[in-house]
Amino acid sequence: MEEFLTWVVWVLAALSLLTSGIAVVLFQNPFYSALALIGNLASLAVLYLLLAAEFVAAAQVLVYAGAVVVMFLFVIAYLGGRADAPWAGRPSLQSLAAIVAAAAIAVEVVVVVALKAGDQLSTPAEIEDGFGTPAEIGRLFLGDHLLAFEVTSIVLLVAAVGGVILGSAVPKESRG
Amino acid sequence: MAGPGVAAYLILSVILFATGAFGVLIRRSPLIVLLALEIMLNAGNLALIAFARQTGTGSGQIFALTVMVVAAAEAVVGLGLIVAISRRHVELDVDKLTTLRG
Repeated sequence: MEEFLTWVVWVLAALSLLTSGIAVVLFQNPFYSALALIGNLASLAVLYLLLAAEFVAAAQVLVYAGAVVVMFLFVIAYLGGRADAPWAGRPSLQSLAAIVAAAAIAVEVVVVVALKAGDQLSTPAEIEDGFGTPAEIGRLFLGDHLLAFEVTSIVLLVAAVGGVILGSAVPKESRG
Repeated sequence: MAGPGVAAYLILSVILFATGAFGVLIRRSPLIVLLALEIMLNAGNLALIAFARQTGTGSGQIFALTVMVVAAAEAVVGLGLIVAISRRHVELDVDKLTTLRG
């Protein structure tokens, strides 16, 4: 029964993930695209929960759906969010090439993973109860991966400073 | 684990990555290019977390969290660039921003 329910949740989350992903790419209005991205991120959070990554799922909803998408919506509202038809104004050869390139990436990854790791993918490891909990993530972050943790803080600081500078600089020609 | 194995998650991640790559290639509005980039980063995250579950080690989840931070930083800088471009009254179209073309 648990197996069946897990499959039902997985299929629903996967369908919602793929449709909202395609919606982000194909909606003409950037505002709708950003809203579709929220659905995409929420379905990803469901899949993370199925993979026993509780903390990452919570961080996904907080950081992405809560912060990043809101920032996108602010900028889209600020710029007026003009519609931009995905297929219009381009030679159809370019659109075709884009489809072929995206499909080629997908096929390449599938082939390489299947060739290199095909027989190791069938049996997942046994995990303890604490796997993926905030306590375990905190232990790893402040123990084995302390350098990544510290570098992360510097990356965020640099991005914040860069955002302020990019946002506040007024081009010379439009100055008083 | 109950439900689908890691291969199913990987297939999902690959399709999502290809969707994002297609969006980056086909769209001209830099805002939507950034949204499609977020999709690609998230597809990578899904693969990382699926492998973390497969091998039973938490390092993949740490990696995914770090990718999330990089994605947030990328969104900040990208949106800052877009706002700076729009301040110069240049049309927001990645095909027309050719000042740096060699």
